[in-house]
Amino acid sequence: MNVLNFVNAFFSDASHWQGYDGIPQRFWEHVQYSVLALALATAIGLPVGLLTGHTGRGGNALAFIANAARALPSFGLLVLAVLLIGFGLLPVMIPLVVLAIPPILVTTYEAVRSVDPAPVDAARGMGMHESRILFQVEVPVALPLILSGLRSAAIQIVSTATIAAYVSLGGLGRYIIDGLYQRDYEKVVGGATLVAVLALATLALFWAAGRLAVSPGVRRR
Amino acid sequence: MIRFDSVTKRYPDGTVAVDRLSLEIPDRSITVLVGPSGCGKTTTLRMINRMVEPTEGTILLDGEDSRKQPVTTLRRSMGYVIQNAGLFQHRTIVDNIATVPRMLGWGKQRARERAAELMERVGLDTSLAKRYPYQLSGGQQQRVGVARALAADPPVLLMDEPFSAVDPVVRKGLQDELLRIQDELGKTIVFVTHDIDEAIKLGTMVAVLREGGRLAQYAPPAELLSGPADGFVEDFLGADRGIRRLSFFPSTALELTTDAVVPADAPAARIAAVEAPYLLVTGPDGRPLGWAERDALTAGDVPAERLLPYGRPFVPGTDSLRVALDCAVLSPTGWAVAVDDDGRVTGVVSQQTIGEAIRAAHTAGRADGEKVAG
Ligand SMILES: Nc1ncnc2c1ncn2[C@@H]1O[C@H](COP(=O)(O)OP(=O)(O)O)[C@@H](O)[C@H]1O
Ligand SMILES: [Mg+2]
Repeated sequence: MNVLNFVNAFFSDASHWQGYDGIPQRFWEHVQYSVLALALATAIGLPVGLLTGHTGRGGNALAFIANAARALPSFGLLVLAVLLIGFGLLPVMIPLVVLAIPPILVTTYEAVRSVDPAPVDAARGMGMHESRILFQVEVPVALPLILSGLRSAAIQIVSTATIAAYVSLGGLGRYIIDGLYQRDYEKVVGGATLVAVLALATLALFWAAGRLAVSPGVRRR
Repeated sequence: MIRFDSVTKRYPDGTVAVDRLSLEIPDRSITVLVGPSGCGKTTTLRMINRMVEPTEGTILLDGEDSRKQPVTTLRRSMGYVIQNAGLFQHRTIVDNIATVPRMLGWGKQRARERAAELMERVGLDTSLAKRYPYQLSGGQQQRVGVARALAADPPVLLMDEPFSAVDPVVRKGLQDELLRIQDELGKTIVFVTHDIDEAIKLGTMVAVLREGGRLAQYAPPAELLSGPADGFVEDFLGADRGIRRLSFFPSTALELTTDAVVPADAPAARIAAVEAPYLLVTGPDGRPLGWAERDALTAGDVPAERLLPYGRPFVPGTDSLRVALDCAVLSPTGWAVAVDDDGRVTGVVSQQTIGEAIRAAHTAGRADGEKVAG
């Protein structure tokens, strides 16, 4: 018996591929949680990171908040959220978003702040408005780093979204939690493999986004 | 006209970068701000487009306080060129140049056409249009920077040490190009440099600033060289300002002699008639071949390998007295060779004659301000 046998057995069982507990359904749920959490974290972290990076102000406060957020255990946060608001999607989103904001915020801040000041100075000197300087001069150059922040946030979300299963939601965490409970290790390994596959797919997606969105002049290729 | 009226800039940390500066910058000419590092040149320049706001005093543009118009309108009427060009690395060359026209609402096509036109104007091959900045040399990037600043045809051009980061050969090319462009466009250019030679070469007027942003002297370059206001300016001009001043005297008035110029196939009698110890031998096309000792020549044949090199000739009318003197100093015989535009010898002139011409030029007073390529 080794892990590969588990994997093989899990995926070749036809019953695992259909129904509400089938792989496509659980996979899709997991993707949904992850995308939602990433969208929320981005909606908060990105604008704050862009603004503080552009003005260069608030960097210390930012680092403090980010480190504090990193110190919060996701599972503890989940339990707390459930105790406070009950079951549902919201208590799951809270730990995921809290987990994802620091890498997005801090990396975006650093990315914008470290843009070569010369083109920014040139842009300002030619009468460009500040918002245009940010979006047309700084962001295009900072984009590879900003994307890397989003990517590490996405990977962390994908692996941590398994906790949704603790509060009776779906996602790939179901296989792991149910498998552990039922001592069905085939299921546990299968679920973990699927999470890894999704993480790799996320990496591939960000790689493709980078190829498409980052100017060849910045990629230098 | 840009006028500084008792302008002071004190930074929040207390540094007084510019101290009660009053300066009138004439239209359609190059005004150079020069001085040692940290003397407030950049601050002065950046107060013109309000990248830095003066603490006291006013800057007037054609008589109007520059704070009257919105800051972006003001900046869009002034091209801005900085030391390392500051190109947008995510944009192609043509799009970099088209930035301001696009900002002003021009259509993409028209802005690109204008950009291509400017590439030619600044001496860039249009085949570079689709490249990215990292694919260009430092000198080429700087040309793009100049083209970008000129794109919307602003009346004013502000340049902060634009050529300081490139090697001397490229820098000379960029300086010549700027003078040529200025001949064609007649912009009001304010040019910052720490290099006095660059200031003298480019400036119609030169403002020498000293530590603390105080104006030490404001004069045309020839006047600066002939009459530095004080010890600071004199030191800043360097030890060879007398020689450099010669750049402002034309070499047209030099008295050339053709006695010592003989064709390679000259008869022996012609050679014997020469009094000077050296003869300049010319080829059938009238171009110089080299110097020969008269006594060696009377023998009748002139083996080319026995000729002394004639060095670099000068062109009276184009070159300055400085170039003529340089030719004479470098010549193995102490005589400078004058040629016409086609390279044919028009005569030779000795160091002594050049020396007399220099003294005559000095006693005739200041150089007439007419600039001669030096
Ligand atoms: N933003 C700033 N804050 C404080 N001091 C400054 C600032 N910018 C320039 N200075 C100081 O003002 C003086 C003039 O600087 P600058 O105008 O850049 O000189 P230059 O261009 O002639 O080298 C220097 O002493 C410099 O340190
Ligand atoms: Mg400076």
